[in-house]
Amino acid sequence: MRVLRWVALLVASVLFLLPFVVLVRSGLGTGWSTVTALFTDTGLSFTRSLLNSTVVAVLQTAGQLVLCSMAGYGLARVPYRHASFVFYAVVATLMVPTAVTFLPAFVVVSSLGWVSDLRGLVVPGLFSALNVFLFRQYFVDFPAALEDAGRLDGLSRWGVFRRIVVPNSKGYFAAVAVIDFIASWNQFLWPLVIAQDSSTWTVQVALSGLLTSQNPKVTLLFAAAAVSIMPIVLVFVLLQRHLVRGATESGLNG
Amino acid sequence: MNRRSTLAFWLFVGPFAVGLLLFTYLPIGWSAYLSLFDARNTVTPTSFVGLENYAAVLSDRAFLDSIGTFTVFAAFVIPLTMALSLGLALLVDRVKVARAFFRSVFFLPFACSYVVAALVWKMALFSGVDSGVANTVLGWFGVAPVAWVGQVDPPLYWVVLVTVRLWLQLGFFMILLLAALQRIPKHLYEAAWTDGASPWQTFRHVTLPGLRGALVAVFTLNLINAYQAFDEFYNVLGDSRGYPPFARPPLVYLYYNSLGSGAQDLGRGSAGAVVLAGVIALVTLLSGRVLRRRG
Repeated sequence: MRVLRWVALLVASVLFLLPFVVLVRSGLGTGWSTVTALFTDTGLSFTRSLLNSTVVAVLQTAGQLVLCSMAGYGLARVPYRHASFVFYAVVATLMVPTAVTFLPAFVVVSSLGWVSDLRGLVVPGLFSALNVFLFRQYFVDFPAALEDAGRLDGLSRWGVFRRIVVPNSKGYFAAVAVIDFIASWNQFLWPLVIAQDSSTWTVQVALSGLLTSQNPKVTLLFAAAAVSIMPIVLVFVLLQRHLVRGATESGLNG
Repeated sequence: MNRRSTLAFWLFVGPFAVGLLLFTYLPIGWSAYLSLFDARNTVTPTSFVGLENYAAVLSDRAFLDSIGTFTVFAAFVIPLTMALSLGLALLVDRVKVARAFFRSVFFLPFACSYVVAALVWKMALFSGVDSGVANTVLGWFGVAPVAWVGQVDPPLYWVVLVTVRLWLQLGFFMILLLAALQRIPKHLYEAAWTDGASPWQTFRHVTLPGLRGALVAVFTLNLINAYQAFDEFYNVLGDSRGYPPFARPPLVYLYYNSLGSGAQDLGRGSAGAVVLAGVIALVTLLSGRVLRRRG
């Protein structure tokens, strides 16, 4: 039984790692000349797309953390007569799938003149109802004694949030940040729709363009893909514990 | 005091609420409105056409096929994900040595994008040439190379689309189930053990009931995710000559009809989105009812 379990685990591990091995071998196995070509070929605008992805992922993650933690805290802790109505209005949007919202959201962004614009890539993604929900659940259980101490010291509500609640919740913020960063870096449909001009392509859109072109340059494509997963692998390795925690908490409530 | 509290509430919630109104509620309303108008190549409605867009969508073979594609995809992916992620969770839970290592290995694909995964699947693992990994393995058994994504009959592209999704999401659901496994009280296992229950009986009467909530969550999330299928379909099956007429999930249909090159028909696309919202709501409600009745 025990031997069987180990065999199953090892076989599964090989199957799960195989795609990564294939990716790195096909992408970087041909040597650094391919990688150099990747960054120097101006026709690919790969460097540009990496930069765009970095800016989008960083801004989106930071913005989501600020906006959603504030909203979550307000909903959890600030007494207001219609707070539960607001909360339901937020949670209700979790049940509306992307398939339904991406088209009308494009219409709104297009009316704002944000197509092929950094704002169009970043701003609509800032308002994550899931993050608000998660932060609210977390702040409901936040020890009230810590906050009371702050109130006694004469801090305002904002002061309590800023100086006591946030610094004492770093682990939770990190967990949400890792999930948000990965989701933002990997998103494809929205950037595909919004980044119509190649100067605003994110790395996923650039890769897809190479992949679905009629004669894809396979080596170059694999090299680009291998480079594109580096930031994520780095985040993953450094913050894996937070990631597991974030996935456990977000997934059950999604 | 009360007014100050209300002010404080909106100070915290206001910025988010404005965004939610602008980028979620307004679009949904606009979409419903736009679906009643002729809106080709424009985001502003021009002439009122009533339910014409709805009639057009509902009589469009491609749209109905897209619902069929979703159904086939969900029918493969949901049961396989539930069984395999549960299997992985049980294996990782039981192992004492190197548990963190195995957990990481299975979870790692979650960090990978669908675009990158589609590339590996399409160009290396399931490429139609002899040197593709799958065809090499088939070669060992004397089977001739197969064109995995290039043909409708037999529809082998399903193997590619289903396995790529399993690889990407199994680890995530395994983590959910692992967390749930650890919440099952240890004394229940001890009681079953002293009662002389077999491993299968223990699994059937202690583990499975303990995982019920988590398994329902896995099912529901999978159902929702299956409707959102886009990235891997688009990247595995599409190329510069366009997307083949087969295996378009609803989102790909909407993309090609409203924003893709050529037909920029936002009125019709909006009607499709509204119909889809109805279908999704119905399926979710029905499945929720079935799951509750079993409980």
